[in-house]
Amino acid sequence: MSTVTMSLSASDQMPYWRLVTLLTAVTLVMAGLSLAVGYARLDLFTALGDWISGRQTLPALVLVELRLPRAILGALVGFSLGLAGAAMQGLLRNPLAEPGIVGISSAAAFGAVTVFYSGFAGAFALALPLGGIAGALLAVLLLFALNGRGAGTMTLILAGVAINSFAGAMTSLALNLAPNPYAALEIVFWLMGSLADRSLIHVWLVLPLMLVGWALLLSCAPALDGLTLGEDTARSLGFDLTWLRLRLIGGAALAVGSAVAVTGAIGFVGLVVPHLLRPLVGHRPGRLLLVSGFGGAILLLAADTMLRLMPIRPELKLGVVTALIGAPFLFSLIQRLRREA
Amino acid sequence: MRIEANGIEIAFDGKPILAGIDLALRPGELVGLIGANGAGKTTLLRILADLLPLASGKVLYDGMPAKTLGRRMLAQRLAFLAQGGSVQWQMRAEAVVALGRLPHRRPFADLTEADKAAITSAFAATDASAFRDRSLGSLSGGERMRVLLARALAVEAEMLLADEPLVGLDPRHQLEAMALFRRIAAAGTGVVVVLHDLSLAGRFCDRLVLLDGGRVLADGPPAAVFEDDNLARAFGITVARGSRDGEDFVLPWQALNHGESN
Repeated sequence: MSTVTMSLSASDQMPYWRLVTLLTAVTLVMAGLSLAVGYARLDLFTALGDWISGRQTLPALVLVELRLPRAILGALVGFSLGLAGAAMQGLLRNPLAEPGIVGISSAAAFGAVTVFYSGFAGAFALALPLGGIAGALLAVLLLFALNGRGAGTMTLILAGVAINSFAGAMTSLALNLAPNPYAALEIVFWLMGSLADRSLIHVWLVLPLMLVGWALLLSCAPALDGLTLGEDTARSLGFDLTWLRLRLIGGAALAVGSAVAVTGAIGFVGLVVPHLLRPLVGHRPGRLLLVSGFGGAILLLAADTMLRLMPIRPELKLGVVTALIGAPFLFSLIQRLRREA
Repeated sequence: MRIEANGIEIAFDGKPILAGIDLALRPGELVGLIGANGAGKTTLLRILADLLPLASGKVLYDGMPAKTLGRRMLAQRLAFLAQGGSVQWQMRAEAVVALGRLPHRRPFADLTEADKAAITSAFAATDASAFRDRSLGSLSGGERMRVLLARALAVEAEMLLADEPLVGLDPRHQLEAMALFRRIAAAGTGVVVVLHDLSLAGRFCDRLVLLDGGRVLADGPPAAVFEDDNLARAFGITVARGSRDGEDFVLPWQALNHGESN
């Protein structure tokens, strides 16, 4: 990842579609790597052959039940986080915004924790992600109600702060009142975020939601460009900001809410990736969207592959690894920005 | 495009900002909007650009309310240059000016030849072509203002509303900007500029609208608006008057003590 972007930084003027094509290719390569790496030795080609010809062999099962969902979810969740991060930074005109800034991630996490706590988690496979999606939906309804009453961007940020702290407090309460230490530990581990042990059912659950979310977010590109010069200028250029905020919140909720619902909270991807790629698209917020989506997918797949290659058991949680990579990276970025200023 | 504003009233937190404003703007006219700080100039300009909801009164564009005209059509026909000129991202000047073409473009379509021509001529008009490839952050305040003005010109609208477009410009570029506004107006565009420089306002504008405490105190040719009483009441100042090459000008001379203006 880092070598790729470093060599790109040199050619600031790379045409947009060539950049998108390159990032798509790198995403595919990373997904392939993610398929190839795992705890069980797996001959990828044998497994693929068995799967395609319908033979229920062990390699085919490992591929379809373990590796494939993990790689696909890594790409989907990373894309959602990167895209939503870029969109939120564009809407709020602030490089410190991240996908969860309006409270969607923590509300989704709270929804999932509620399912954990109530003991429904074991009832059926999708109870947990559905709980997460329900949590995100609640947050969105609240934000929509505010937006509908003509609330501005500042009100949405403040509402996000309120939702974040409320959902955080409720999550802590669930931990506080956990029936036993194991339940608490399970919740804590889930909150750290992971792609392990997910199945294709999870993919089918979130894929349609994410696709709609991505479409909504990507449709905002021209308006986000217009917003570069402030809200008055954006409106004078013919953009309806209430409708724009509605699409962005709805899109972020669908993409990020469902991402958190299946993987738990994975930080830093949505914050760091847009930063990293912004210079490559001439700092244009509209063009950053798609590019950040692919960047997020690459980063998350890389982190998830790396943690499986590390000789640490039990496996590190993905949210921990992205934070471990992301935080020092953000520091170096701040240093660089200070030198440029 | 004609803009007619009738019975404009607006208040923030119960404090009236504008009260009973009637104003008609015509194509081909360079109008200077002047008044002391807090007189309501920016608010009025934003209302004329359909950026603020009104408590009462109405604004008509060629006889139609903004809703009937449609958001996109209004954006194509009316360009607005905001005060201050904050730009969040370090985009290249060319990309910033290209934003002015957004109302004319289909979403996600590339720039057409007409778009490119409009961008190039906007850069030329504001003497900013040299900055085309520079990022906005690397420009001085005045240079950035010229790029932002070029952005508004690139819309190629029939009506240009500019809020303090001369802020940060050096004297030469202030004169050039005013001459540019006059040229645009002469070519048929309606231009309204909020100005603080009374000398420039008086010399270049066809018509001045003097706001005082949210009301129109005077509206007419500069010579009529720049009466001693009006200036004393609106600004609390006296002016020195002079003339050069047959053109009259005023120069703010002295602040009056409080109470003296009445």
